[in-house]
Amino acid sequence: MRRRLGEALLGAAVVCLALLLRYGATTVAAEPSLDITEPYASPLELLLSPDGSRLYVLCQGTGEVRVLEAASGRELQAIPVGRSPRGFFFSPDGRRLFVANSWDDSVTVIDTKSSAVTATWKAGFEPSSVVEDGAGKTLFVADRIGNDITVLDAATGAEKETLEAGRGASYLAMTADGRRLYATHVYPNPTPHRTPPESEITVIDPVRAQVIDRLKLESIAGAFHVALSRDGRLGVVAELHPKNLVPLAHVEHGWAFVDTLTIFGADVSSEPGRTVEVPLDELDRYYARPFGVAIAPDKSRIYVTHGGSDVVTVIDTRRMLAYVHAHREPFAEDLSASAHYVVARIAVGKNPRGVVLSRDGARFYVANRLDDTISAIDTRTNRVTQTIRLRGPEKVSALRRGEQTFYSAQYAFQGEFGCANCHIDSTFDGLQWDLEPDGFGRDIVANRLIEDLRGTEPFKWNGKNPTLAVECGVRTEMYFWRSQNYDDLRLADLVLYIRSLPSRPNRFRAADGELTSAQERGRAIFNRTVDKLGQPIPQGNQCAYCHSGPKGTNQKSFDVGTKKPTDNSGLLDTPQLMSVALTAPYLHDGSAATLEEIWTVYNPHDQHGRTNDLTKDELNDLIEYLRTR
Amino acid sequence: MKQAAMIGLLLAAVVASAQTAAHPVKHVHAIAQTQRVPAMPRYRFENFTTANGLPDDHVFSVLVDGDRVWAGTNNGLAEFENGEWKTYTTADGLAHRAVLSLALDKRTGDVWAGTMGGLSRISAGRIDTYTQLNSGLSNDVVYGVSVEGENVWVATAAGAGRLNTRTGEWSLYNERNTPMVEIWAYGVSAAADKVYYAIWGSGLLELNQKTGVWDKYDDPDGENEIVLLKDQGLIHEIVTSVSYVDGVVWAATYFGASHYDGRFWHNFLTKDSGLPSNFINSIKGVDRDRAWFCTDKGLAYYDGANWAVYRPSLETGKAEMTVRDAAGKVTEIPVETAPAHNYILGIDFQGPDIWVATAKGLSHGVYQR
Repeated sequence: MRRRLGEALLGAAVVCLALLLRYGATTVAAEPSLDITEPYASPLELLLSPDGSRLYVLCQGTGEVRVLEAASGRELQAIPVGRSPRGFFFSPDGRRLFVANSWDDSVTVIDTKSSAVTATWKAGFEPSSVVEDGAGKTLFVADRIGNDITVLDAATGAEKETLEAGRGASYLAMTADGRRLYATHVYPNPTPHRTPPESEITVIDPVRAQVIDRLKLESIAGAFHVALSRDGRLGVVAELHPKNLVPLAHVEHGWAFVDTLTIFGADVSSEPGRTVEVPLDELDRYYARPFGVAIAPDKSRIYVTHGGSDVVTVIDTRRMLAYVHAHREPFAEDLSASAHYVVARIAVGKNPRGVVLSRDGARFYVANRLDDTISAIDTRTNRVTQTIRLRGPEKVSALRRGEQTFYSAQYAFQGEFGCANCHIDSTFDGLQWDLEPDGFGRDIVANRLIEDLRGTEPFKWNGKNPTLAVECGVRTEMYFWRSQNYDDLRLADLVLYIRSLPSRPNRFRAADGELTSAQERGRAIFNRTVDKLGQPIPQGNQCAYCHSGPKGTNQKSFDVGTKKPTDNSGLLDTPQLMSVALTAPYLHDGSAATLEEIWTVYNPHDQHGRTNDLTKDELNDLIEYLRTR
Repeated sequence: MKQAAMIGLLLAAVVASAQTAAHPVKHVHAIAQTQRVPAMPRYRFENFTTANGLPDDHVFSVLVDGDRVWAGTNNGLAEFENGEWKTYTTADGLAHRAVLSLALDKRTGDVWAGTMGGLSRISAGRIDTYTQLNSGLSNDVVYGVSVEGENVWVATAAGAGRLNTRTGEWSLYNERNTPMVEIWAYGVSAAADKVYYAIWGSGLLELNQKTGVWDKYDDPDGENEIVLLKDQGLIHEIVTSVSYVDGVVWAATYFGASHYDGRFWHNFLTKDSGLPSNFINSIKGVDRDRAWFCTDKGLAYYDGANWAVYRPSLETGKAEMTVRDAAGKVTEIPVETAPAHNYILGIDFQGPDIWVATAKGLSHGVYQR
C-alpha cells in the first residue's frame, strides 16, 4: 500500500514536472476565475498632493480617482470620474484636480479640499491628459483621436481653440516656470508609404496658447510620457523605435523594436531644438515599451517604467549626458550604450505605467496597472520598500490574465516586444510591416484595429487564419516571438481578452444614431445597386455586399485590384469597418494615405466598388458615411 | 419706346459722367499749387526680390502675423522673421510651388496656403497638405482661402469648399447646391455670420451661416460691359476678390469695384473715383468706409472720401503718389519710393505699415505719417 502510494506520488511528481517543463511555472499557478464581474482598479497614473501626504491614483478600470494615505497606502476616498480616465493633473495651487476622461470626451474638475466633483467640461475626441497653465487661466487637453490639444478656459471650461498636435496626442508636461508646454503622441505622423515613421514633440507657448515648434522624432512611432527637469534644461520622452521597413526575420539585436528615450534641452545641446535618442535596451535583453518618466529634483536620476517588462530603469543622468556629449550620433541602435548610464533595473508589478516622485526625491511610486498594486521605491537603495494593494478582486480572472499576456513582452525572444507593441493600448500602431513567412520584401501588411472582432473572422489580410487562437497562437509563436509561447490555457485567456475589446464610441455619429444629410447621402451610395448611368452594379462591386452586416464585412476574400508587384496574391480578406476613420493608412499594405485615396488613386477600374461615376462631393458623402461606422 | 429712351438717357449720362470725372495726368496739380490736400497715409517702400532673399519676384499673396510676414510666391512660400527669409517648398511638403492665397488662423497661429496644387497648413514648421486626391478638396487650384473659427473655407477652380478642422469633414459647394453658375471661385472671405465668395463670371455669393441659405448678387446689367445701372448692384459678374469686414462687403472685379452694406450698393470706376484701373486683382477692406485696391496700374487706398495711389509711374517708372480729394481734384505728392511694381496682387497690414505683393517683388510700406 505504502509502495503504491509512493509510486503514485512519484507518478504525480513526474506528471507535474512534465507539465512544468511543457508549460512553464505559470501554468501551475492558481486557476484564473471566469466568474469575476467586479472591475479591477487598473491604476494608470499617480500624483502626490503638494504636501506629499496623499497619493492620488487614477484607476482606469473603475473610472475613479482613489486617494490614499501616502505613508500607509490606506485608502481614504474614491471619487468617481468619467469612463476610462487616462490622465490627471493638479492645478498649480493644488486646489483642483483635473481628470481627462478618454471615452467620455470630458474633463472632470475635482475640488481637492472637499473631494467633490465641481464640474465636467467638454473636451476634444478622447482626452488623454490635461495640464493647467501656471496662471490658472488656461487648461490644455491632449486628445488622442482628435490629434490635437483643446484649449479651455480654466475658470469656465469654455473652449478657446484647438491646437494641431501629433497623431494620437496623449501626453503633456509643463516646465516649472510655466513658459513651455510639451506634448507627445502615440501614433506616428503620416509619412509617404514605406518610409521611416516620424513623430514630434509639439512645443507650445502656454501664454499665447500657440504651437511654436515641433521637434522631430525620426523613426519613432509611439511616444509616451514626457518629463522635464525642474530647471527646464532637460526634457525626456519615453518612446518606441520600430523597425517596420525590414523583414521581421532577424529579431535579435533590436531588429523589431528598440526601446529608447529622446532627450532634449540646454543640458543636451546648445543647438536649439536638437534632440538625441538614447537606447534603454541591452544587447541580449530588452526593456519593452518605456512609458512613464520622472526626473529627480536634483536631476541626478531618471526613472523609466517599462510596461512590457515589469521593470523600472534607473539612469544616471550625468553619465548619460557625458556619454551623449562624448560620442557621435546615432546611438539609438547601439545596444551596448545603455551600460554606460543605466544603473539599476527594479522589478515591480505587472504593466507598470505612471510614476511619481516625492518632492524631496527620496522615493517614487509606480502604478502597476495589471495587478492593481502600487510599488513604493526608495531612491537611495533602488529597492521596493512597499507594495500597496488596491481594493478590488483578489483573484485573477481569465480575462485579466489574457490582458496581462497581451501587455507582457516576456514571451518574445529576449523579451523584445509583446502584442501591445503593435497594438498600442489595444488598438493599432499606424505602421506597415514586412512579416517573414511571405518572403522578404513581399506582402507588406498594414496593422489593423483589434476592437470588437467577434464576427470578423478570418484573420490576416490573406484570410488564412480562421480563428484568433490560430492568429495569436502558433503563427505568433513562429513568426513573432521566436521563443517560448504561452500554453493553451494562456492562449485561451488571451483570445478571451482580445474578443472582449469593445469598439470605442464613434465621434462622427450623433449620440442618437441619426445621420447628417451628408452621411445619409453617403449611406445611399454605400447601399446602391445601380450606378448613376442606370446600370446595375454587379454584386461583388457593391460596397454593401462585401462590407455587409453590422461589422462591415462578409468575412470573405476578394481581389479588389490593389495587388502590388510585391504581393503574392491579390485575394484579400474583407476588412471590418468599425472605427475606420481612425485607422489610416488604408488598404492591405497601407498604401492609401487617406480614405479618399482608396478610390481617387487605387480604384482606376472600379474593382474596389463602383465609384468612378461619382462626383467629388458624392465621394465625400460616401466617406462621411464610412466615418460613422 | 420708353425703355429705349431711358437707355439713351442713361448712356448719355454715362458718357457725360466719364468726361467730367476722368482725371488724366494733365489735370494733376503739383502739391505746391494746392493748399488743402487731404492727409492720406504716406509710406517709405522697402522692396524685396530674389536679390535680397525672396525665392521668386512674382508674389501672389502676402500675409502678416505679428512680426512674421508670409509671401506666397511663384516658387515657394517665404517667411520673413527677424530680418531673414526662410522658404518652404514642395520638398518640405508644400502642396505646390505657386502659392496663390494665404490665410491666418489667428487663434492658433497656423497659416493656410492655397496653391496651384492643393491646400497646405503650415503649423510651427510642419506642413500638412490636402489635395483633390487625398482629401475632400474639390480641386487642387486653390485661389482663395479664409479661416473662420474651426472652419477653413476655400475657393477653387471647381467650386467652393469648407474643411471642418475638428471633425475633418469636407463640405463642397458648387452649381448643384448653390446659385453658383460658374464654378470658378476666385476669392473667399468668411466670418461667423456670413461667408462671401467671389466667383469669376458668376457674381458674388453669400452664405448666411445661421440659416444655411445661399444668396447671389449679380450685375444688374448682366454681362453687358457698359454700366447702365450704377449703384444698383454688383459692378460686374467677373468677381476676383471679396473682403467682408464690419458687416460690409468690398468686392473687386476686372471692371471696377463694389461696396455693399447689406442695403445699398456703391460702385467704383476709374471714371468717377480715384481708382487707377478697373482691373482689380484683389481688394481688402479696413472697415466699413476704408479699403485697399490692388490693381494692374498701382495700389489704391480709399478712406471713404479721398483716394491715394501708390506706384512706379506708368510712363517713367519713378516713384509716384497721387491724392484725389472728394471733389475729384488730383494732387501729386513728391515721394522717393514706390511699391516694387504697379501690378499689385495683394496687401496686408502690420500695424500702420503695409506689405504689398506685386508681380515684381514684395514691398514693405513703412508708414511715415
